[in-house]
Amino acid sequence: MTQLLIRGARLYGAGDPVDVLVTGGTIAEIGEIEAPEDAEVIEAGGQVLLPGFVDLHTHLREPGREDTETIETGSAAAALGGYTAVFAMANTDPVADNAVIVEHVWRRGREVGLVDVHPVGAVTVGLNGERLAELGTMAKSAAGVRMFSDDGHCVHDPLIMRRALEYSTALDVVIAQHAEEPRLTVGAQAHEGEQAARLGYAGWPASAEESIVARDCLLAEHAGARLHVCHVSTAGTADVLRWAKERGTWVSAEVTPHHLLLTDERLGTYDPVNKVNPPLRTNADVEKLRAALAEGVIDCVATDHAPHAPQDKDCEWSAARPGMLGLQTALSVVAATMVETGLLDWRGVARVMSERPAEIAGLPDQGRPLAVGEPANLVLVDPGAQWTVRGAELASLAANTPYEGMRLPAVVTATLLRGRVTAREGKIC
Amino acid sequence: MKHLLATEGLDPDLATAVLDTADGLKRTLLGREVRKLPTLRGRTVITMFYENSTRTRVSFEIAGKWMSADVVNVSAGGSSVGKGESLRDTALTLSAAGADCVIIRHPASGAAQRLAGWLEGTGTSVVNAGDGMHEHPTQALLDAATLRERLGGIKDRRVGIVGDVLHSRVARSNIHLLSALGAEVVLVAPPTLLPPGVGALPVTVSHDLDAELPALDAVMMLRVQAERMTGGFFPSAREYSIAYGLNEARLKLLPEHAAVLHPGPMVRGMEIASAVADAPSAAITEQVRNGVHVRMAVLYHLLAGEEETK
Repeated sequence: MTQLLIRGARLYGAGDPVDVLVTGGTIAEIGEIEAPEDAEVIEAGGQVLLPGFVDLHTHLREPGREDTETIETGSAAAALGGYTAVFAMANTDPVADNAVIVEHVWRRGREVGLVDVHPVGAVTVGLNGERLAELGTMAKSAAGVRMFSDDGHCVHDPLIMRRALEYSTALDVVIAQHAEEPRLTVGAQAHEGEQAARLGYAGWPASAEESIVARDCLLAEHAGARLHVCHVSTAGTADVLRWAKERGTWVSAEVTPHHLLLTDERLGTYDPVNKVNPPLRTNADVEKLRAALAEGVIDCVATDHAPHAPQDKDCEWSAARPGMLGLQTALSVVAATMVETGLLDWRGVARVMSERPAEIAGLPDQGRPLAVGEPANLVLVDPGAQWTVRGAELASLAANTPYEGMRLPAVVTATLLRGRVTAREGKIC
Repeated sequence: MKHLLATEGLDPDLATAVLDTADGLKRTLLGREVRKLPTLRGRTVITMFYENSTRTRVSFEIAGKWMSADVVNVSAGGSSVGKGESLRDTALTLSAAGADCVIIRHPASGAAQRLAGWLEGTGTSVVNAGDGMHEHPTQALLDAATLRERLGGIKDRRVGIVGDVLHSRVARSNIHLLSALGAEVVLVAPPTLLPPGVGALPVTVSHDLDAELPALDAVMMLRVQAERMTGGFFPSAREYSIAYGLNEARLKLLPEHAAVLHPGPMVRGMEIASAVADAPSAAITEQVRNGVHVRMAVLYHLLAGEEETK
């Protein structure tokens, strides 16, 4: 049985360094350990050991746009970013609204083997928002779909959303909503506010998100269903979530790294690398989102990793596709916005990037404690190191990172999936 | 001046220099039988219009021709643009084909600025002839030229801009240029036709046209496009016209010296009564005339070289 010793890691970034012995995919021993003869040794040198990250929101683009990302390249980006499980959104071509597609995605993820790829099923056929997709068949397929979303589109019809929530309760799955009232965002290009007013962008008002989140919380409560809110972007949504949680609504929410760091101050260049949906908001929103994440009102961080081809970004703003890369920069952005600001310690990072997302999606072997007998889905982070982001050097086929040239803190030095090293020192293993 | 992309951030001294050049050109050409100057002989100016336009395109074309530039018009329908070529490739093609200046109108806000970025290092200048809801800087310059003529200056004058500010690039360009030149700008519009976030602009806002008119030195009426009427921005054309249209009774509320401007095309009977459009206080045909001289001046400052413009 293969053995691996991580020597001198600080669990959750706290306490004295300890040695962690991994045997056959499981944490076998923690303490001061003599390296077994045949064991591979990773010298951690006091780095931070965390449970492997879980991303509830990625776009791996396969099938359909394999020119921008594949399950293989996206898996590599995930492993390098410290992830051991990712959820691949359903807006592929063809749409993942049936068992054939979700099983394909799941199987390709297993073949690549760098990260657990969990397909997200569409809520409605073709993401059209009109007729429920076969949620039950997808849930019971080999892919075992646990999360459904029309992400990219809002399930805007309140009756369809009600039915989806009700129906989901029999399957013990979660409905993840892209909250955007389409009638309030016709032609919308950027956050509706001072920057858009000045620069002539058609506005995407905060209330278009907040009103759907409020509605869905009420519908979920009524149905006794589980609702997950994708990419929360406004201060008002954080208020709505707090209110709903206080009422006991079974709702969870994610925030993206870019909504924790970037603002609509970036709109002045008209460079579509900054175009994303929901749009970059104001500094006041960023502050509120960080606080809500620290407090647990927002449960977790999800990347909304969205690769796009150069021709879909190197054009005029309104013709560009929305979205940005995120898998390899997420940890560093969280470190910059949450750890360096003192809002979260590394224990908190484990909660928002691993434990809570695993709970929300119902993954039994992810986001587990760093304890003997637990699965060895692990990530080792050098908190003191820094790196400069270069889109061309990222593992994704696309290069549309909004952090190009930025120097960010914290580097993933090793990722382990069930005891196997998938990434080490910036390279895929 | 390398490009003219926006009036926001435009140096007021440079704007004044362009206006002075336009005045000079106007005087030079006045009463001449042959209205042609040799200044831009051998220079190539290409207009790229991705939206329908008669007045702006014709104005630029005449301006270029009166300066002896070779003017080529490219329209979105009649070129490879219609075949799905990207804006970037079209721009690089026109630049490589020898354009000294590209004049672009495009439905996307920021298109002119993107173009200038792509053409960095090629030596081709870019003039924004209207980008989405963002800016239309030469319109603001020709409005400023007209106001200087009518009012004797712009500093400390109070100018009202009335109507669909939300969708108007003319309004945005005028707001920035007029305030940079020292005027006060008052926006008068129903709340649905003002951008949320308007507070970031150097303006005051009103919903009461009658209350504002007596203190204005000039009023600029914006066109209300037909699609706004069906888009629920206001209940009916009639109600809009009653509240925000410049009719003859309202014209009497304006001071004697005040000027009425309209960027055109006008919807007579809607935002402006026919009699008002033809009244002596209306400066609408002067705006069109000044448009040619201002655009000549812009081309001159872009293409005639730094040493000549100083």
